[in-house]
Amino acid sequence: MSEHPIDVTINGQKHSGRVEARRSLCDFLRMDGGYTGVHVGCEHGVCGACTVIVDGLAVRSCLMLAVQANGASITTVEGLAAPDGTLHPVQQALRDEHGLQCGFCTPGVVMSLAALTAGNEKPSVDTLMAALSGHICRCTGYQGIKRAVRRLAGEPQPSEHA
Amino acid sequence: MNAPHIAAARFVGQRLPRKEDARLLTGRGSYVDDVVLPGMLHVAFARSPIARGAIKSIDLAQARAVPGVRAVYTADDLARFNIDMVSFFLITPPPGPKVYPLAKDRVAHVGDPVAMIVADNRYIAEDAAALVAVEYEAEDPVLTIEGAKSGARVHPDVESNVAQVMGMPIDPDLEKIFAEAAHVVTGTIKHQRIAQSPMETRGVVFAKQGDEITVYLSCQSPHVAARILALDFNLPQSSIRVIAKDVGGGFGLKTQPWREEVATIAAGLLLNRPVKWIEDRLESLTTSNLAREQEFTLKLAFAADARLTGCYGDYALNNGAFPHAPDCNVAVMMFMWTPYKLPRFGFMATGWHTNTIGLGGYRGPWAIESLAREAMLDVAARQIGIDPVELRRRNLLAAADQPYTTTMGLTVEDATPLECLDNLLKKVDVPAFRAEQVAARKQGRYLGLGIAVYIEPTAASGFPVLASDVANLRIEPTGKVTAILSTHSQGHGTQTTMAQVIADRLGVPFEDISIYEDDSSRGGFGPGAAGSRQAVVGGGASIRAADILVDKIKRIAAHLNNANPQDVHIEDGMVKVAGVQEVTRTLREIAEIAYGDPTRLPHGMEMGLEAQYRYSPPPMTFTSAAHACIVEVDAETGFVTIKRWVASEDCGVMINPAIVEGQIAGGLAQGIGQVLLEEVEFDAQGNPTTVTFKDYMLPAAVDVPEFEYTHICTPSKSEGGFRGVGEGGAIIGPPTLVNAIADALEPFGARCLELPLTPSKILQLIEAGRSNAAA
Repeated sequence: MSEHPIDVTINGQKHSGRVEARRSLCDFLRMDGGYTGVHVGCEHGVCGACTVIVDGLAVRSCLMLAVQANGASITTVEGLAAPDGTLHPVQQALRDEHGLQCGFCTPGVVMSLAALTAGNEKPSVDTLMAALSGHICRCTGYQGIKRAVRRLAGEPQPSEHA
Repeated sequence: MNAPHIAAARFVGQRLPRKEDARLLTGRGSYVDDVVLPGMLHVAFARSPIARGAIKSIDLAQARAVPGVRAVYTADDLARFNIDMVSFFLITPPPGPKVYPLAKDRVAHVGDPVAMIVADNRYIAEDAAALVAVEYEAEDPVLTIEGAKSGARVHPDVESNVAQVMGMPIDPDLEKIFAEAAHVVTGTIKHQRIAQSPMETRGVVFAKQGDEITVYLSCQSPHVAARILALDFNLPQSSIRVIAKDVGGGFGLKTQPWREEVATIAAGLLLNRPVKWIEDRLESLTTSNLAREQEFTLKLAFAADARLTGCYGDYALNNGAFPHAPDCNVAVMMFMWTPYKLPRFGFMATGWHTNTIGLGGYRGPWAIESLAREAMLDVAARQIGIDPVELRRRNLLAAADQPYTTTMGLTVEDATPLECLDNLLKKVDVPAFRAEQVAARKQGRYLGLGIAVYIEPTAASGFPVLASDVANLRIEPTGKVTAILSTHSQGHGTQTTMAQVIADRLGVPFEDISIYEDDSSRGGFGPGAAGSRQAVVGGGASIRAADILVDKIKRIAAHLNNANPQDVHIEDGMVKVAGVQEVTRTLREIAEIAYGDPTRLPHGMEMGLEAQYRYSPPPMTFTSAAHACIVEVDAETGFVTIKRWVASEDCGVMINPAIVEGQIAGGLAQGIGQVLLEEVEFDAQGNPTTVTFKDYMLPAAVDVPEFEYTHICTPSKSEGGFRGVGEGGAIIGPPTLVNAIADALEPFGARCLELPLTPSKILQLIEAGRSNAAA
């Protein structure tokens, strides 16, 4: 199996390595980089747990090869919180709204929402909810995740039904 | 001690953010695949491509020749361990077929592990697994319950395909009841096979340090796993240490280690190297033990006033080849009529073996009792011509009826199904809905309302393995609190809820409490997450252990101040002695004296601030609920839209309502998946055809509505007044939704008793109804 040198930036740190052509980006991040917050849930691009941000875009790292990321800047869930531990707004919203239980799908959900809300972006609830369709959560029934989405979009929570 | 300390509660009852979340949100959790050890090897399995047949030969030469392969094993290599696979209930010798970690001589389902490769990495292991050459003598497989009745034996060492049978044919007394009934209602409910699909698949890492075996495992209780593994390998339990820190969902699948985990441990023992196996999703969907696949025919008898007079059930279960427990799921019968006054019940329950992957546990393993009962009550209501809510009211157990002994011998007390129904109907205006439904039908829109009621026996302590939990509490010399509990979270949030309970009972800040439940060697045995029990049993143990410490702190503080222990109060980590002049000390000062200065302790008192209590709750703690759901069915496409869902339940004193609602919501979402989407399918040769999440469809965010809740909080008789709530959503979700869809399709005369109700199946029901109407 051919090996290829790659250079990537992960959470602001430069990483160089040699990878087999078939090595997936998620395996590279987890095993070579030690970023075990990247969770591998299905390895066929449906569950979304392995989502990371590559050059500003949310990407399923199980469907991308490490060699394809050569030269890219990658952010994983470990790279979101401030150095002093202050949570990223997406993380804080999910925490406040009980948007997670087992936490396995959570890094992927966080990264998709973080990619869409980066910078000055203020996407609508519909845009964020549509992005959630690419994530499977087996624990929460998506209740807290949806509340977090509304909070991120700056929209009020629905009042209780009469 | 039963009186729950609600009045003094600062933390119990609060929607506190979870202690777990900071690490899980920042990628700092520790799941089994995150464990990396020096020299660790990786396992992949070579699996059977046929459902049934004899292994004629195995050629491992090519696989062994792959660079980086360290070992290739088959059943013969593991024979020296003489492994006896033990099930969750620790029945020895286990009934049913002899289960080997790797297939021996025969294969009994597609995916049966035949050989295992141990290699430098998983990529190489999979390369080599593809090179294992096995010659099979294929036989026609037995795949279905019907097939099992007449087909060849699945296991040559078991005398028939019946794994277990219980009950009796319908008897003369019941015959008489049916003969005299004003209404007899019959129907057959079919539940498809389900894949539990935790987001984290199964996985194990084996390591040996000196004489101690350490097993990192994705499981529901490190204690149960250690106990089972010790029995499997015939080793002293204390020689196996199981560590399970963060676990990405279990849902019943991970109650016990099974063939692949055991094979991996055996490989580690043979090689004396750390070894890891992480199940991939293909393996998870095709070779992790699955759930459900049942058929249940019910016959109900009613008097003229719609009161139930009798019921007979004929139940069959497709256990597959190697179920975790080869049984007939008699819990279905035990719990079926718990919420209702039913004078007479008879049943026959049969579990069958087939050449499919075996069944394992799944949230509410007996849940078909509620689905079948509630769906058939709606069928009965339509047949009798009575409102389904009124039919339930006439038959539900009221407070005045309790304690009530069911025909199965369960004594039901302090259950509140009727109160939950009343509370539900305060939020759901049924007459208004009916008017809306009539108006919608005139426009060709089909709305439906489904209501279901249940009682869940939670925290059952009657089985030896489930009898108790233990809390080991220490106030450290620093004044901070460490609790080592036999509970275990796969998302349950017990590090939060148990800290809430302990903080209140000890009178210390929530932040000062650290909960550990991750390591079988840290504390004593407990069953972890199983049977909706952790709040009840773990909470009870925590309260009792805290009481021992409170008593000791009061005696020390009183002694130091020459006061009476009754005058000592602990609040927010401060120990206050009332009197002419109030004296306050920090818990840390007391702790430093307790650990360091015996001369200042009451005479004869043991040093330290440590306590342990093993709590066993009453035999059963009943949780009640009533749910309503409103759907719209598109008669052109067969698609179901859930417009509203209201959950009304009584799980006693709620420790953290956000976590309670999270448990209900998660169970409901799984129930919605079972009704609308999920189905494990096989082709005629027994090949699984739902092998990815593109074929096995789980509910996505768009499929699950936002639920509304209303709570009654009737304290239970267990310590703290808690009731379990882990499985209920998955139990009551399916009948609530099925009844709503059936109500929507009422104009077509449709019976919706076969799951899943996919769009194509719903269109068939609508078409059948239209043809019947035209005929």
